[in-house]
Amino acid sequence: MELVCPAGSLPALEAAIDNGADAVYIGFRDETNARHFGGLNFDERRAQQALAKIRARGRRLFVAINTYARPDRFSRWQSAVDRAVDLGADAVILADIGLMDYAAERYPDLALHLSVQASATSAAALSFYRRNFGIRRAVLPRVLSLKQVQQLARTSPVELEVFGFGSLCIMAEGRCHLSSYVTGESPNMNGVCSPAKAVEWQPTPAGLDARLNGVLIDRFGAGENAGYPTLCKGRFVADDRTGHALEEPVSLNSMALLPALCAAGIKAIKIEGRQRSPSYVAQVVRTWREAIDRLARGGEFHIDPRWADTLSRNSEGKQTTLGAYERPWQ
Amino acid sequence: MRLSLGPNQFYWRRTDINLFYEQMLETPLDVIYLGEVVCGKRDELRAADWIELACALADNSDKQVVLSTLALLESGADFSWVRKVCDNGRLLVEANDMAAVELLAEAGLPFTCGPAINLYNHRAVAQLMTMGMQRWTAPVEMSGHQLGEVLTRLTHKPEVEVLAHGLLPLAYSARCFTARHLGLSKDNCGRRCIEFASGIPLTSQEDQSLFVMNGIQTLSGEPVNLLRQMDSLRTTGVDLLRLSPQVHDMRAVIDAFDRARNGDTDLTLLLLGVDGYWRGQCGFDLIASG
Repeated sequence: MELVCPAGSLPALEAAIDNGADAVYIGFRDETNARHFGGLNFDERRAQQALAKIRARGRRLFVAINTYARPDRFSRWQSAVDRAVDLGADAVILADIGLMDYAAERYPDLALHLSVQASATSAAALSFYRRNFGIRRAVLPRVLSLKQVQQLARTSPVELEVFGFGSLCIMAEGRCHLSSYVTGESPNMNGVCSPAKAVEWQPTPAGLDARLNGVLIDRFGAGENAGYPTLCKGRFVADDRTGHALEEPVSLNSMALLPALCAAGIKAIKIEGRQRSPSYVAQVVRTWREAIDRLARGGEFHIDPRWADTLSRNSEGKQTTLGAYERPWQ
Repeated sequence: MRLSLGPNQFYWRRTDINLFYEQMLETPLDVIYLGEVVCGKRDELRAADWIELACALADNSDKQVVLSTLALLESGADFSWVRKVCDNGRLLVEANDMAAVELLAEAGLPFTCGPAINLYNHRAVAQLMTMGMQRWTAPVEMSGHQLGEVLTRLTHKPEVEVLAHGLLPLAYSARCFTARHLGLSKDNCGRRCIEFASGIPLTSQEDQSLFVMNGIQTLSGEPVNLLRQMDSLRTTGVDLLRLSPQVHDMRAVIDAFDRARNGDTDLTLLLLGVDGYWRGQCGFDLIASG
């Protein structure tokens, strides 16, 4: 299985390579990718440095161009595909069929990966992208159970990549407008979710309030660990009960399913987190490298307590979940 | 402009569903979309029942009747449901997922695309038109300006539809929030969403209306209402206004939009709801009274 790792900066990319990434995915420094955060991502010069480092170590570089192109700035997304090709990237990760049409027509040999943002969950949907644009791989949304992933792997017309570790989107990716409803900016159009510029921290006599564009997302007591106010992880009120009505602050960790995913024929494991630090990338990638290597050696697969500890320390709210892979979560 | 009734997002009892659509036949609606779009476990009406109901509606009126498909497919059963709807052999189908697009395009059938399909630019729209898309409902977060930017770049335009009234479908998840709220697992949900004909409102701890939980779907807390935007909808090139089914006052909403398309402003409903998305702002921005 290929270990596909995130990098939002050169140091993070080096950390990924040094710790065993088979492939690294990056984005350009604009709204053409779904992690369009300040200070993150690669301009032309950095992208070239990234590629040089990748080639020197015999790894692969993917470029995520996975937001939906605006009609009035379509050329910007087109140019992102051109730049990825000029750079010599091994694949581009796309979600927008307008852009896929451009890429397939202009660069018939370019490897296209279907982004998780395209939210394809069935063999028929995958076949749509395969038939029309020749995609070679698809990243599956974090909405399927293990059994459903296994079933899909049996009939998929393209190779599949699934999420191994990182932030947990509880909504089907590419089909969530919560962020634009409250802040005006969304993953699909702007490459951001619950954007930092809309966040406001307000100390109160009781503790700390976290707001997003003025909306109270969570209220933390003194001493309580105050997490980032992502909309779907806020504490809201339904029927007079206050709580995490949608989801708690928690990270996805599917390491326990590694043998089953491998047996199902899943070709790649994706680590989320282009917004994370080089140190985070180093620890998480090293842990997954060890796990995948252990699995490849054969014999019984056990999760080393050190791995579990490292992943838990690097999780939101220090908690991990199998997410939708496991039916009870759903 | 034509008026359409979007597919019902909620789970109602069979008798209520039948009664609701019977009443809809007596309204000035031009198009009726129907079918399960949220959850494949809902079984008051299964695929065959929806097709039968849709055919009956088509037989008894001159309205265009369209069958809508599920937005998020997870299981093989979900896929079979979508296949049955696509294979209905008579009525136009609204695809809400690329799986449905694939089935319809492969069969050489014309189709419409619902708002859950991500078409954000002219090239994407043109692509689907070559595959048979005749009508396009814009994503709910797209502004009037952006929609105009798409349309001016198209040589051949599809019919254009916009969700003009009702709660906005904002997100779909593997998780059932209604079951979670009731302390049940999704596998043992008992289809209890039938008890919430308008979903479960979710507010901030300051009592600000935010969202509505509807099974695996999250809707906006407030209804979109574009009554005030009739001129801008018309000049942008919108052909159909979609009104989303609601358990109360559906007739009043339809009548208000019917009067509005004939140039008569309905003051009762005019300022109730949100229209931020259409104006290029946050979706939850209220209709300005100025």
